[in-house]
Amino acid sequence: MALQGNLHDFSVTQLLNLVHLARKTGTLTIQGTNDHASLSFAEGKLIYGQSRSSDGTLISILLAGKQISEEQAQLLRSRPQASNDKELGLLLIHAGYLTQPAILQAVQKYITELVLRLFTWSEGGFRFHSGVLPPEDRITVRLDLENLIMEGARRMKEWERLQEELPNLDVALKFTDRPDSRLRNINLSVEEWRVVSYVNPKNTIRQIARANRLSDIEIRRIVYGLMQAGIVESIRLEGDTAPRPPVIQPLAKGPDQVSLINRLITRIRSL
Amino acid sequence: MSIRTVKMVVTGPFNSGKTAFIHSISEIEVVSTERKITLQAEKIKDTTTVAMDFGRISVDEELVLYLFGTPGQKRFDFMWEILSEGMLGFVVMVDSTRPETFREARYIMETFRAYAPTPFVVAANKQDHPDAWSIEDLRIALRLDPQIRCLECVATEREKVKNVLLELLYCILEEVQE
Repeated sequence: MALQGNLHDFSVTQLLNLVHLARKTGTLTIQGTNDHASLSFAEGKLIYGQSRSSDGTLISILLAGKQISEEQAQLLRSRPQASNDKELGLLLIHAGYLTQPAILQAVQKYITELVLRLFTWSEGGFRFHSGVLPPEDRITVRLDLENLIMEGARRMKEWERLQEELPNLDVALKFTDRPDSRLRNINLSVEEWRVVSYVNPKNTIRQIARANRLSDIEIRRIVYGLMQAGIVESIRLEGDTAPRPPVIQPLAKGPDQVSLINRLITRIRSL
Repeated sequence: MSIRTVKMVVTGPFNSGKTAFIHSISEIEVVSTERKITLQAEKIKDTTTVAMDFGRISVDEELVLYLFGTPGQKRFDFMWEILSEGMLGFVVMVDSTRPETFREARYIMETFRAYAPTPFVVAANKQDHPDAWSIEDLRIALRLDPQIRCLECVATEREKVKNVLLELLYCILEEVQE
């Protein structure tokens, strides 16, 4: 069964939660707007990760973690063991340069930071390749996804706050009374000006976002800022009527209903 | 002798297979209100349901079951509440191959639950497709409570459709027997 889609529809949090709950083994690849990342899992635990912007080799990891200098990295790259992380790790341990826990900690930190960065991706195609694991020569760890999801969630706090402030993108915007004077005294970014140019009771916030190629978080951030500055306010879309109260018709209970349902079951079985 | 009629609603996002579902089981030609699609964004198929689909299963001389399919496009959602009135239960159709519709499926599910606290099942359609998400993954994606039944479905196959309706009826039976 395929597990693929777009982060726009199924977020990184939801994906990691799914991998965790379903205890999946395999590799998740995500093609983001500006980067590509892949994460590998074993029975729902994160074991490895890499991205296009940082190749995930041990040398890169140690360099990023400032455990080796640029000169040392270049020296290591010239060694025959450079292409095999496990061999390189052993070399560093035997040479007394690094300990095994220090190497594992560096790999763990690198993967953790990569995953936390992914939480900010709101667009990009993903695909889970079941059973596919990283190459044998890579150093793997075993990270509990629950903790990562929680940390990612903390980083998403801004996002959640914005969503609370602006839960519905299917409402329109209008300028508040006398916005002209306010606009003269405020410095707007190019993107904010673009959004302002679409403010009209006929355009929903979602439509404005689409017209400006802005993600949900980007449009929420801009609109929230404009609202806080008192420039715009949300209104119901023109022609949109207030929702009617729901009609609640609980199912009647009793022998007649049981008989009725049983007749339906018998009939459908016979079809 | 008067004929008693009962109804069940088949709902779900645009192009999830509601019309095909009813067509597979109805004893009459489905009374459809499909129209040509004009919006480019909705051009996945040529026509769509704009008011409702309408199928029938005669149970016996005194009882008839009607199946109502809701329009999938959001701009016709004013029909949902009207169609939900008096229903025995409902089926939420989900296209297992299109994760971009899962959020909307959840929204529709919540909306119908608010209209009437009747039992419902989720039909994971297009399970014969290689890109279909598995039932287990769908359950997590749709955040389904453990007691909600999520069933494999191929809307064009009568046996699969029968199974979904039967499971819904079992849920309803449990509810009325409580």
